Amino acid sequence: MIAEIGQYALILALALALVQMVVPAWGAAKGDPVLMGVAAPVALAMLIFVGGAFACLVALYVTSDFSVANVVENSHSQMPLVYKITSTWGNHEGSMLLWALVLAVFGALVALFGGNLPDRLKANVLAVQASIATAFLLFILLTSNPFLRVLSPPGEGRDLNPVLQDPGLAIHPPLLYLGYVGLSIAFAFAIAALIEGRIDAAWARWVRPWTLTAWIFLTLGIAMGSYWAYYELGWGGWWFWDPVENASLMPWLAATALLHSAVVMEKRDALKVWTILLAILAFSLSLIGTFLVRSGVLTSVHAFATDPLRGVFILAILVVFIGGSLALFALRAGELRQGGLFAPISREGALVFNNLFLTAATASVFVGTLYPLALEALTGDKITVGPPFFNLTFGGLMLPLVFAMPFGPLLAWKRGDLLGVAQRLMLAAGFAVVAAVVTAAATAAVSEERGPVLAPVAIGLAVFIIAGALTDIAERAGIGRVSARLAVRRLTGLPRSTFGTAIAHLGVGICLLGIVSESAWSLEKIAAVRIGETVTIGTRDLTLARVENRAGPNFTSRVAVFEIREGGISQGTVEAAKRQFAARQMATTESGIRTFGFSQLYVSIGEEHADGALSMRATWKPFVTLIWLGAVVMALGGLLSLADRRLRVGAPKPARMRRGALPAAAE
Amino acid sequence: MMPSSLFAAFALMTAAAVMAVLWPLARRRPLKDEKAADLAVYRDQLAELERDQAAGRLPAAQAEAARVEVSRRMLATADAAPEPAQDPVRARSRRRLAAGLALVGVPLAAIGLYVMLGTPGLPGAPLAARLAAPPDRTDVAILVRKVEDHLAANPSDGQGYEILAPVYLRLGRVDDAVRAYAQAIRYLGDSAERRASLGEALVVQADGIVTKDAVAAFQAALAQDPTSPRARYFLGLAAEQDGRKDEAAAIWTKLVQDSPPNAPWLGLVRTALGRIGAPVPPPPSAAGLSGSVLRRDAAPGTPPLAAPSLAAPSLATPPGPNAQDVEAAAQLDAAGRAQMIQGMVDRLQQRLDADPKDLDGWLRLVRARTVLGERDKAVAALAAARAAFADDASAQARLGALANELKIGPEAGN
Repeated sequence: MIAEIGQYALILALALALVQMVVPAWGAAKGDPVLMGVAAPVALAMLIFVGGAFACLVALYVTSDFSVANVVENSHSQMPLVYKITSTWGNHEGSMLLWALVLAVFGALVALFGGNLPDRLKANVLAVQASIATAFLLFILLTSNPFLRVLSPPGEGRDLNPVLQDPGLAIHPPLLYLGYVGLSIAFAFAIAALIEGRIDAAWARWVRPWTLTAWIFLTLGIAMGSYWAYYELGWGGWWFWDPVENASLMPWLAATALLHSAVVMEKRDALKVWTILLAILAFSLSLIGTFLVRSGVLTSVHAFATDPLRGVFILAILVVFIGGSLALFALRAGELRQGGLFAPISREGALVFNNLFLTAATASVFVGTLYPLALEALTGDKITVGPPFFNLTFGGLMLPLVFAMPFGPLLAWKRGDLLGVAQRLMLAAGFAVVAAVVTAAATAAVSEERGPVLAPVAIGLAVFIIAGALTDIAERAGIGRVSARLAVRRLTGLPRSTFGTAIAHLGVGICLLGIVSESAWSLEKIAAVRIGETVTIGTRDLTLARVENRAGPNFTSRVAVFEIREGGISQGTVEAAKRQFAARQMATTESGIRTFGFSQLYVSIGEEHADGALSMRATWKPFVTLIWLGAVVMALGGLLSLADRRLRVGAPKPARMRRGALPAAAE
Repeated sequence: MMPSSLFAAFALMTAAAVMAVLWPLARRRPLKDEKAADLAVYRDQLAELERDQAAGRLPAAQAEAARVEVSRRMLATADAAPEPAQDPVRARSRRRLAAGLALVGVPLAAIGLYVMLGTPGLPGAPLAARLAAPPDRTDVAILVRKVEDHLAANPSDGQGYEILAPVYLRLGRVDDAVRAYAQAIRYLGDSAERRASLGEALVVQADGIVTKDAVAAFQAALAQDPTSPRARYFLGLAAEQDGRKDEAAAIWTKLVQDSPPNAPWLGLVRTALGRIGAPVPPPPSAAGLSGSVLRRDAAPGTPPLAAPSLAAPSLATPPGPNAQDVEAAAQLDAAGRAQMIQGMVDRLQQRLDADPKDLDGWLRLVRARTVLGERDKAVAALAAARAAFADDASAQARLGALANELKIGPEAGN
């Protein structure tokens, strides 16, 4: 009964999506306020129905209802409750339903909080959103239906893929989808603007909070995915340039570019056509990302052949939305009024520089990811594009970009003074040089082989970015130029988006610090140890204390317990394990991780040999957690920016009091 | 048949969906001034400039330039053409059309799609309720599961494995069956019957090929009971598959001679003898031995014997046939059985034609065709497999080895 209700709710959601696609757009074309007014209530109703369908699927998983094929194939009755819930989206069908749910959530948010939008824009945005929902709901119902039934239900499910039986599955896909799908709003705004043929600075301000929201989730989602791969896959890499990872990186790069170009549009009414194009590209890349991962096209071109209907459907969705929006863009972009002139050296110029490098980086990742697929599809040749390609192209593009980063926020609009900015960054540059020299000296002192020559320089660059971000805040508060009390007053009076920018840039620096340390100074030991034997890594000794069997709910594990000592003083234990899952006859590695400050000791185990020796791999990863902390700091910056009151135009302004206080303070 | 509670739920949901469209259509709603929203943003931008200048964050000259720019945008917005007035008659007919769409289109579309996709007559089956159901109403899957749970708690109860093993084989859970027979031997002790059963399960696991492990099992069975017909039949099959036709003929001929005239396996043995062209010794007919070889057909992933009619696509395929299917398969006569084997092999062929990148599938097909005596088809399948793996040296090597073994390759003078 629950399965049938879920099925019917999903079907009703599709019917409502069709209404929401047609009626408001018709109203907008005819200038009919009542028809346009249909959009918001229907968007809310659609959320209720898609949400209801999703809740039904969760209930089916929780009660292990094996009369549903999807539950049979991806669930096991002995799994802990949390994994029963997460298995709902740990498979193709369920994850597509999650996608549709997030889409409905964003549609409802626009319906609820879009009160400050002009009627026509709001109606068109929701209609475009509904067209995406229509495509996805049709795709789910016709090719990937999670509610299909089994006539004679089996007594046990085939279990969730063991690699996915991890808390990461609870967090990573929802975050990533919030990011991917959030970009659909920016896309809908862009299409609505093209339909109306009207776009202005106000548009940029309306789109900004939605882009920012999507960007925050995407940032966190990617970071979470990277950390998950790091601890689950068992060999300690945090980024593999794997096509699935690249699929999430591309929309992130495009969204980052979009955020920056939207600022120019909002402030100066310039870069309008470009911003629209970026909004289209960012969402197109999320669509490609979603489908590349979900369709299995990435693992093999033949995935299309195993389920032709699904493949053709996916192709049709990509062609209609990406091709259609780009065609509309080509048709209408010429009509958009341009405005706002600026000199090359200016804030706008810096943001254009940012956009150029970010889009070039996106293109390099795109080529590196899709070229091998295209080649295999056309000629049958298999080639691999690996880290060397990406490190060279992507890294080469990122270096100038991050070097220029501290300059941007310090430049004035329209016409900037590069020399003046350079002078103001002298202190930050000084810090950077000191950091580089200290790092070089320290590495030379610790080991005879000096390590990578470029690493100290890269550390200097990271410090430059961090100090540069702080310089931005200090400059705006006038620290050093005005009295301390006044500086504090100014600091607290700064708009939150200014802090947001500085903190997000700071996050990039922190992340870079982690990346450089981890890749330049990691230590690794591979050994076969018996109980009681010790492996030394860096300053720490690891002793294999015991190896034991433990029973989990739906797996058994073989756990190796290592004692950690530094200079003879015990620092507790670390446990690495191998888990064997009976239902799928699969094993997973559970790496043991101990965090010391920002660094981590990473231990994983391999085969047990007949003579009692156990293969193990221990890695010391200096400052590795900074990689993800940096991403969290970036997201935090985005959140601060989102909280800026300017983005809530139309809301009552609480600034009256502050406005009274500030002029007096500024004398 | 749709339960009435489900019908009521559907009716309520449909009504709610229709209302979500009708309600806003019934409201009178004036058009908001399009310009007001733009102007609000620009006014806010001006206020921000003022704040920045007052706080000393923006030099006066820059602030002034920005103010001029924003003011220009405000003027441009205010100059834009006003909305044309609505024609009330046309507006009313538009709204009527939209309301009609909601009232008729939404339920029609929903019901139409549901009829296509739904399975209203099938009740939900939460595991806890199934486990708690009285024994006479319990399904086979749950009975199996209960024995499994019992074995998980008492892993050394050999009797449990012995009960489960043939059921697994019938349900198409061949790997589980092999494991269960092995456990039964381990805990209940060795016997000719158990060894032969294990051997048979191994043959099913290898898709009809009598592997080295299976031969070992049958030989162990023979060592304990030299008359075991099952062991003898399969050892004959092993000889045939190895190309030792004379030996196979000798084993089978002896088996027929030793068997009582009404033995159920005689039909199968006689067919086998006919297949290798050996003279078939007299006595009677009737069928029956390794029906379970056929049951591999019902393994997960391949279509079951009787496709479920309601929930169409492949996802809905139950992982094994139900009790009736198994019963039906067991009651087929020799001709029906041969037909089923043929059907199985043909399906494998179709699947490989659609998706040729399955080396193991091809190896199985070539072997099966040879065993069925369809030499031409075996040669054709081998050629197709070679073409599909043209650039894969290791695949070519395996195909070549098989061709040699079965003596059907060009090396064998073909």
